[in-house]
Amino acid sequence: MEKLSRIFGRIVQAVPPVFGVILITFLLTRALPGDPAVFFAGLMADEDTIAQIRAELGLDHSLPVQFLYYLRDLLHGDLGNSLSTGRPVLTELMSRLPASLELTLAGLLLSMAIAIPLGVLAATRPGSWVDHLCRVLVTAGVSLPTFFTGLFLIYIFYYLLGWAPSPLGRLDFLYLSPPQVTGFYSIDAALAGDWEVFWASLRQMILPAITLSLFALAPIARMTRAAMLAALSGEYVRTARANGLGGARVIWVYAFRNAALPVLTTLGMVFSFLLGANVLVEKVFSWPGIGSYAIGALVASDYAAVQGFVLCMALLFVVVNLFIDVVLTLIDPRIGLES
Amino acid sequence: MKRRDFLRAGSATIGGAALLPFLRALPASAAAGDDTLLVVIGDTINSLDLHRTGTNRPSYQVAVNIYDRLVRFGTKTLEDGTIAYDSTVIEPEIAESWEVAEDGKSITFKISPKAKFWDGSQVTAEDVKWSFDRAVTLGGFPLTQMKAGSMSSPEQFVVVDEMTFRVDLPAPSKLALPDLAVPVPLVINSKVAMEHATEDDPWATEYLHENPAGSGPYKVTRWDAGQQFVYERNEDWALGTLPPMKRVIVREVPSAATRRALLERGDVDFYMDVPSKDAKEMAESGVAKVEGAPIDNCLHVLGLNVAMAPFDNKLVRQAIAFALPYEDILAAGAYGRGKPMWGGTEGTPSTTEWPQPFPYATDLEKAKALMEEAGFADGFETTLSYNLGLADWMEPTALLIQESLAKIGITATLDKIPGANWRTAALVEKRLPMHLENFGGWLNYPDYYFYWAYIEGHLFNSSNYSNPEIASLVEETLTMETDDPAYEPNIKRMIEIAFEDVPRIPLYQPYLDAAMKPEVEGYVSWFHRQLAVTNMAKG
Repeated sequence: MEKLSRIFGRIVQAVPPVFGVILITFLLTRALPGDPAVFFAGLMADEDTIAQIRAELGLDHSLPVQFLYYLRDLLHGDLGNSLSTGRPVLTELMSRLPASLELTLAGLLLSMAIAIPLGVLAATRPGSWVDHLCRVLVTAGVSLPTFFTGLFLIYIFYYLLGWAPSPLGRLDFLYLSPPQVTGFYSIDAALAGDWEVFWASLRQMILPAITLSLFALAPIARMTRAAMLAALSGEYVRTARANGLGGARVIWVYAFRNAALPVLTTLGMVFSFLLGANVLVEKVFSWPGIGSYAIGALVASDYAAVQGFVLCMALLFVVVNLFIDVVLTLIDPRIGLES
Repeated sequence: MKRRDFLRAGSATIGGAALLPFLRALPASAAAGDDTLLVVIGDTINSLDLHRTGTNRPSYQVAVNIYDRLVRFGTKTLEDGTIAYDSTVIEPEIAESWEVAEDGKSITFKISPKAKFWDGSQVTAEDVKWSFDRAVTLGGFPLTQMKAGSMSSPEQFVVVDEMTFRVDLPAPSKLALPDLAVPVPLVINSKVAMEHATEDDPWATEYLHENPAGSGPYKVTRWDAGQQFVYERNEDWALGTLPPMKRVIVREVPSAATRRALLERGDVDFYMDVPSKDAKEMAESGVAKVEGAPIDNCLHVLGLNVAMAPFDNKLVRQAIAFALPYEDILAAGAYGRGKPMWGGTEGTPSTTEWPQPFPYATDLEKAKALMEEAGFADGFETTLSYNLGLADWMEPTALLIQESLAKIGITATLDKIPGANWRTAALVEKRLPMHLENFGGWLNYPDYYFYWAYIEGHLFNSSNYSNPEIASLVEETLTMETDDPAYEPNIKRMIEIAFEDVPRIPLYQPYLDAAMKPEVEGYVSWFHRQLAVTNMAKG
């Protein structure tokens, strides 16, 4: 019961930040430099056409009125129309978010698969070659800008060796996208039983996912190592060892379960960060993701699209953190299952 | 790569169709075959309807390829073998013939019976009128462009009978006919569009945004916003030679480095809008063919705002024109892909050629002397603004200018302006003291350039230049035929004043470069700077 009420309380707590985000994005987008009416009227438009467009955009109302209209539309699930693409923002986000999510999740899983064992090993053998390898990878991951890693990988594996497929986005010219179910091409293709497209979409993902994972490696490995060191020096580990428990059991059940808490929190942060911050990776690999969409919208002062993007990211952030908090509540050994 | 070779072999032996059921592929024969052209572009298109509010410039290429106009420009082959459009030749398209009234105040077009929309119906004068009405009514850029040809209101477009259409003009103008060959006055299938028009949206902008209805040589069969679009040839097109390419796939690849790698690896056939640096290197290495022609009526200039001291002083402007490192700018900013516009020998032009080199060249001694004469022997401080959206050539150029001006005592602070704010700052408020600008006129007449860039209050006159003589010359010349006896002296006088006053210092005339596989042929360099696929072929 205690767990359930904790979880419920946590969900309720997520509501005010969402409202705050709505208000702040609304104000921030209004404070953006540049006048969208002028921008969309085109280079050669005159005063009248600009005024006409301003009225069409509803920009001739006062700010509070504009905000009320915005809230009303939100309640109807209407994020407005993106002026630059001429399509509803919701449709636009729905088609682009899965692309980013698929890539980000692939990158994150890859980096977890490398960083967590590496961090654990480095913590159990501080000063050994594993520890040094960990340090080198972490430093490289943090210091190499993603667009550089991306271009470098393309140069080696596509341009010189020809092993990787053309960096043309989610699928090469040869393929059509699978029928949409989840929006993740690999999953959709697998569901449709179309293994050709499945492999094609996986292959397209390899280089960008490696690029992203190199970047995500650093915080995860560092955090795992630090948390494991702290846990291993804990009294409960000493007690467990004193009681003669086996090395692996001590490390994975006693130490790692405790160390997992900060690692999970870091994962949540890294995930949200990657999702929004992989714009450069998207550009380099022509990935039709949400980051490049947001940049385009920002440059065009496309209010609706920017608001939609920030709102979507904020909701994702809230949901991911909520999810992680719930998982933490479930695995935290200090909150006993019996109570 | 191996997979693709396998596919190519597979489709050759088994036949493309046999592969289709298990491959959810674009017709596999397509991606490999000789009748499909793979193109990469750096920008993203945002609409299939040019008239819509907010349609961006890259989207114009769709209008160019899928719609027909009453008339079109011809093409010519330049000395170096590059094909470019010819602003002096106007060919029939939807109109099989036309006649200008004796008083020059109307043009009557006979519509070709061969002009058929994609649904097979005849193009009629009603369709033309509806489309032109739409262009002038929706406002924004289409209206402005129509106005350049003296067309601004629906009453000017008259349906004489089903196959005859007339444009009435308030006064004769040499710009009217060429203005009907630019991308804007495209002809839409009004019957199809009207079926999807609503009370709020009488011009079917919602529908035509994603569903074009035209008669052109290509149709768009697929558009994945933000990723790619596919042109498919209209096999029934009879208004010209049937285009060689059956299908053209255009992929949006934002990173220039990736685009170049794709072309060099041979995975794509054609790449438009190549940064000058890549154009130069690819041409030199020979891995790809680079073709480009100087863009007609377009100049990259350094603008000096004459409404602000000390640029109100002609001597200061001339001093700066003598202090610019032209050769370095062309080499570093444009990697040589431009036509020099400095070092002219005549103070008074002997031809009406435009653009032509201005009588300035890098001469620091002369610049210093002029500065002293102007009373600025110790120099002054100012800012040099440029558009971040065009940083690839503006940034190196600005740095070179800054460095060179320091030698004559002018301290210029660089001011980077984000692309979204550029128009307001430079063109609307005209508040930038010294700035880089790149206006190019679609209609290739010197007076048209002067109309936009040298008349007080006009949009591209970012220098706030005002000269009653130029104003009256332009007004008199703009609609005048080029064989009018007054035309030549008027143009020469305008250019002479521009030489003397230099509110805009030309740096060079830029090239529009495209890179392609060696076997790709038929690329035409157009004034609208878009890819027209009609002539493209793969040898």
